[in-house]
Amino acid sequence: MSYVGRTREEERRMLEKIGVPSFEALLEAVPAGVRLKSGLGIEGPLSEIELRRRFGAWAAANEGARCASFLGAGCYDHYIPAAVNALAQRSEFATAYTPYQPEVAQGSLTAIFEFQSLIAELTGMEVANASLYDGATATVEAALLARHSTGRSRVVVAGTLHPHYREVLRTYLEDRALSFVADRGGQCAPEDVQLALGPDVACVVYSYPNFFGLLESPHALHRLAHDAGALAVAVCDPIALALLEPPGAARDGVTGADLVVGEGQSLGNPPSFGGPALGFFACPETLVRRMPGRLAAATVDKAGRRGFVLTLQTREQHIRREKATSNICTNQGLLALRATIYMGLMGKQGMREVAELCVQKSHHAAELAARIPGYRRAHEGPFFREFVLECPRSAADVVRTARRRGIDPGVDLGQFSEAWRRWLLVAVTEQRSAEEIERWAEALREAGEGAR
Amino acid sequence: MNLERRLLTEQGGPGHRGPELPACDVPVQPLADRLPGVRLRERLEFPEVSEPEVVRHFIELSALNHHIDRGFYPLGSCTMKHNPKINDELASLPGFALSHPLAGDDASQGSLRVIRELQRVLAEITGFSAVTTQPSAGAQGEMTGLLMIRAWHRSRGEGEKRRRVIIPDSAHGTNPASVNLLGWETVTIPSEEHAAVNPEALARELDDRTAAVMLTVPNTLGLFEPRILEVTRMAHAAGAQVYMDGANLNALVGLVRPGELGFDLMHINVHKTFSTPHGGGGPGAGPVAVARHLEPFLPVPVVVEQGGRLRLEHERPQSVGRVHSFHGNFGILVRALAYILSLGPGGLERVSRTAILNANYLMRRLAGTYELPHPEHCMHEFVLSGRPLRKYGVKTLDVAKRLLDFGVHAPTVYFPLIVEEALMIEPTETETLDRLDHFAEVMIRIAAEARENPQQLLDAPFATPVRRLDEGRAARELKLTWALGTGRPAAEPAARP
Repeated sequence: MSYVGRTREEERRMLEKIGVPSFEALLEAVPAGVRLKSGLGIEGPLSEIELRRRFGAWAAANEGARCASFLGAGCYDHYIPAAVNALAQRSEFATAYTPYQPEVAQGSLTAIFEFQSLIAELTGMEVANASLYDGATATVEAALLARHSTGRSRVVVAGTLHPHYREVLRTYLEDRALSFVADRGGQCAPEDVQLALGPDVACVVYSYPNFFGLLESPHALHRLAHDAGALAVAVCDPIALALLEPPGAARDGVTGADLVVGEGQSLGNPPSFGGPALGFFACPETLVRRMPGRLAAATVDKAGRRGFVLTLQTREQHIRREKATSNICTNQGLLALRATIYMGLMGKQGMREVAELCVQKSHHAAELAARIPGYRRAHEGPFFREFVLECPRSAADVVRTARRRGIDPGVDLGQFSEAWRRWLLVAVTEQRSAEEIERWAEALREAGEGAR
Repeated sequence: MNLERRLLTEQGGPGHRGPELPACDVPVQPLADRLPGVRLRERLEFPEVSEPEVVRHFIELSALNHHIDRGFYPLGSCTMKHNPKINDELASLPGFALSHPLAGDDASQGSLRVIRELQRVLAEITGFSAVTTQPSAGAQGEMTGLLMIRAWHRSRGEGEKRRRVIIPDSAHGTNPASVNLLGWETVTIPSEEHAAVNPEALARELDDRTAAVMLTVPNTLGLFEPRILEVTRMAHAAGAQVYMDGANLNALVGLVRPGELGFDLMHINVHKTFSTPHGGGGPGAGPVAVARHLEPFLPVPVVVEQGGRLRLEHERPQSVGRVHSFHGNFGILVRALAYILSLGPGGLERVSRTAILNANYLMRRLAGTYELPHPEHCMHEFVLSGRPLRKYGVKTLDVAKRLLDFGVHAPTVYFPLIVEEALMIEPTETETLDRLDHFAEVMIRIAAEARENPQQLLDAPFATPVRRLDEGRAARELKLTWALGTGRPAAEPAARP
């Protein structure tokens, strides 16, 4: 296959028009010594039938995808309404470029504007951008914005932030600019955060819910951060925000978070081995000129009709080069579109119902597990959709046993830390039926037998 | 009634809803008992719209977009080529779509195999020894590459000293922006007459403070650097690393391997060269290919194979760390691998050859009508200048807008910065001779209009869903969400023509 529509005769005519005797004459600037002598060592060409066979076999080798999933940890198995796929897979959206010519990109631009509006409402912030790569880099960009905005360098990070997000922060920022606050019982104690604060701190980053699914009290952290002259950055789950008071909202005289960011995969996007993902980024209007990434705005055309364009591009790399607010050139357009369709379909009522089902089902599962000998919740405190179970044997063993019964019982936290080797992080979404939760509990019971 | 096209929030109303959810089949407890002490939100001002109306809304929006399945997209440096449909289907196979990134190596052998295979074929295509597929986009690939360069200098005790990156003035804006992200300094060197890197200018700036030289090959004028081997040798002699911006790789596949030009590393935009859909602005993916000496610094985790079994290796003490929440844009990587295997070595070479032929053909067809500042044979793209139209009061922007009326997307305009009134045109291998001729005729007609009826161009476009939009007003008013105002005119709009 080549996807090229061209005959030899056409090639001959084209070369004639160009005025060269052969194709090789076009490559005169390429030093002869660097031309590839032999063909590339790559298999193919494969026909569609062969591709299907090959990729079908690889897809089937992913055993995990056949199980009822209780996996989460930043990537969730939420229901995706059929209309999301039907609409988002349309060529008109999927094969369009970045909307730099707004007159022929009103579809993408309107959807981005709606995405920004929905994310702003969900997070309780004034504005949101057109999306970023993923939750981890959205967190990094928030930390960078806070540094620029405050002129301070150090970033205080709650130890209950996703371990991968902490790793990505370490990749982007120098070690001396990061202070991680260890958790106590799965939560970040305000007095520990207090100790980490100082006049050089640009922001306090925490997650809501946190990595263990727990709901810490965000406003205590906002107060500490603001008293120290730092910004408060909340890393949030969008499904949870349909139910919980958004951290952007002020409460009882305490200001809200200054930046609300997070991972939007759970809004109508499949897990897909963790990517592509969907970073979202929301802030107050006062910070919009420091915001990274693309922004759509409403305007009018020559005839006075409403339309949308990309705006404030003078923040961006293609105009400002080394003075840009970030080096980001893309957004996750198609995933943001899926999220917009998802939020549009689920609407006011559906969003809240999904969140409530997650609470009811995950708490039910936690109660069942607590009755199984050898298992107990590792932490106290309220949780959303996700909780940590301490197992009577290694979580890896439990996963192996349960998988034989068609259940992926949770994320083995032993992969993050030896100290967590008996911890299983269990997520229960609206997708899991009561019967699957029963089977999950049975699998845990079986895995735990004889361990104590 | 307002006849303007409506946003989601302007449709439906209280009580309207989309798909239903099943009733809760586990014992329900009051939320206050489930979540003691947690404040729940009082309001969620989301749209309330029925499924048929949501479907109509997005179908209506979709019809307003230009896209590659509809027509020509000659965007320079963006490589808008056909997106084969089979690749989307393969990425959507449940075994991939439902695979969880933390399910563990045993349960993820298929996904790891795709990543491993893609890394292998990308290394083969680029002539490097290893590849990371974690970066989400080209710009993140650049940043990851610079981090690896920094780690390499540090490993040699030169990390503090080497903090400058030399970049030609013709480079993509992401290059200096990525350098800035590391807190390093960009040193811009002027291009010489034919926009090639000027070895003398380079020599003046190269010293023991230089961390890297970043180059785009072919450069942003679509020209191959004739003295590239000399340039990379000079950089290495000064102790610097040489980074290739791979945005223009579509000119080289199967013809030249950047690893053999003396580069130490490069990023690859799979959404350009390897046909993954642009999605209206993403997701893309920006794998980075590196020479052997940079392998220890690759982001973690790295996929390794032992006895036919794949696993993710995290223990890499010299690694720059992780750059993605999980394993990169996996669904995009599946598509890129499918594309490469569907073409095979012969098909890949045919891609580059056809892309080069198409660009040269169009360039010669348009050379008499628009100014061609660099008359050499080009690679996969070329740059024209709209300067000759200036005497009629017409700018390149007006040409771009008028093109839209003919069902053609505009080229990249006003880039590279070194050409005035630039029109950067990349036809890609996708376009047939017939399409190229159509585009050439349209461009020639527009030039004639500029002479005979310039107002026509200043007022364009006419046939698009909206007329020219007021970008200045957008930036002044900053209506970024519907809560801040939707820009909906207060009065009834004029009836549409």
